[in-house]
Amino acid sequence: MSENNVVSRYTTAARINHWITAVSLILLALSGMALFHPSLYFLTNLFGGGQMTRAIHPWIGVVLFISFLGLFFRFFALNLWNRDDTVWMKNLGKVINNEEEGLPELGKYNAGQKLVFWGQSILILLLFCSGLVLWDVYFEAYTSIDQKRLSAVVHALCAIGAILIWIVHVYAAIWVKGTLRAMTRGSVTRGWSWKHHRKWFRQEVGKP
Amino acid sequence: MATLQSLDIRRRSASTEAPPQIRQQALQVAKLIDVSKCIGCKACQAACLEWNDLKQEIGYTDGTYNNPTDLTPASWTVMRFTEYEHGDDLEWLIRKDGCMHCDDPGCLKACPAPGAIVQYTNGIVDFVSENCIGCGYCVKGCPFNVPRISKVDRKAYKCTLCVDRVSVGQAPACAKACPTQAIYFGSKDDMIVHAEKRVTDLKSRGFKNAGLYNPPGVGGTHVMYVLHHADRPSLYAGLPDDPRISPMVGFWKGVMKPISLAAIAFAGVFGFLHYITKGPNEVSEADQRKGDELAGGQTNSRGHS
Repeated sequence: MSENNVVSRYTTAARINHWITAVSLILLALSGMALFHPSLYFLTNLFGGGQMTRAIHPWIGVVLFISFLGLFFRFFALNLWNRDDTVWMKNLGKVINNEEEGLPELGKYNAGQKLVFWGQSILILLLFCSGLVLWDVYFEAYTSIDQKRLSAVVHALCAIGAILIWIVHVYAAIWVKGTLRAMTRGSVTRGWSWKHHRKWFRQEVGKP
Repeated sequence: MATLQSLDIRRRSASTEAPPQIRQQALQVAKLIDVSKCIGCKACQAACLEWNDLKQEIGYTDGTYNNPTDLTPASWTVMRFTEYEHGDDLEWLIRKDGCMHCDDPGCLKACPAPGAIVQYTNGIVDFVSENCIGCGYCVKGCPFNVPRISKVDRKAYKCTLCVDRVSVGQAPACAKACPTQAIYFGSKDDMIVHAEKRVTDLKSRGFKNAGLYNPPGVGGTHVMYVLHHADRPSLYAGLPDDPRISPMVGFWKGVMKPISLAAIAFAGVFGFLHYITKGPNEVSEADQRKGDELAGGQTNSRGHS
């Protein structure tokens, strides 16, 4: 428990880790989309042209992968699925309608957040592996052309999946008021903790 | 670089703009390589290097006549030698490999850089190097494994069908140099007629499966072969029997692009509509009070935290 009527939710290190991941994911989405659809090729200008975009994209991917590994090991235990999550998912319609009364008390993460976590974990792993196959500068000789074709399809599909999950993640932070400060300031209000993550709140309060 | 005018462009990679239509009825050109007349002298390779001002580094022999052993960023054409044994017979099959100038070019379909690959109205597929970003997608698009990316400048290179010569009424350098006239150049219609004569001749000499290689899977090609064994193109150093753009590339560069953008746009619109219909999820004063009670009670019972 911290002072000033707020509850500590993320350490400074966790927040820096998160924002490195966030910035690299956004840069990857912009540079990747630039090469995915002709209508978005203009985005290569943000990175200094087509050649620079092609050259820099995989390096940002390496940053994202390492940074996300940090998030993964920080948070994976808190994202293990439990029975309450199944109940929560069955009542997803109510959640979307802002009618959360009567749902089970939740730990640090609700089922939606857990799905975002596991979805991005799987997709980023697939993106990293397929990305290595497409990184001709260093790895051209190690795979066949058919394997590169498959990787291109997998890479694009996973990227679209990751962008969709990112939209859900960002929208949830806009929709559920009081959430964003967890990542900008590291703390949330007592009211927010009571409303959204009561079980976690009780645990935090109970800590010596 | 000498290229044809923009009026002469039929297709342009990664471009959503429609190309000009006024010259779309241009004469279709083709190179016809008569494998049965090739003696493997490599004059075409030398002429290609010379005309295009390319320098192939001296490499190593692999114990065969294949030299260099594969297409490279500088060697846009190579002779591929195959010893085909059947029964007591040995045939030395020599195929001049290089870009086939597909009518439906997989490289152009796969390329993400606007205008880095163009197809002219006469059928020639050309790489416009200044627009090339070196991603290697053309390699994945090509059904014939032709484009090569330079390790020096990360640009893709391949046969231009001597577009600079063709655009001023000259035959490609390889065709000009061939001492046995195994390489013809002209309109595609004329080349097909000529190939038919050659096929008839080959059949009369006992090559009953002789035929023209102009694979329909890629819409036909603007480089065609007369083969003695047209029923088995793969005999000729792995020439694809039925080349077509990989379905994976077709999916990636086809339906996936609009569906993906639509899905992303839908997610954004859904979020916006949700916000304006359901409104934000806010913490009520009652929640705040209960939160304070919980925190306050625990804090007091433990003295201080």
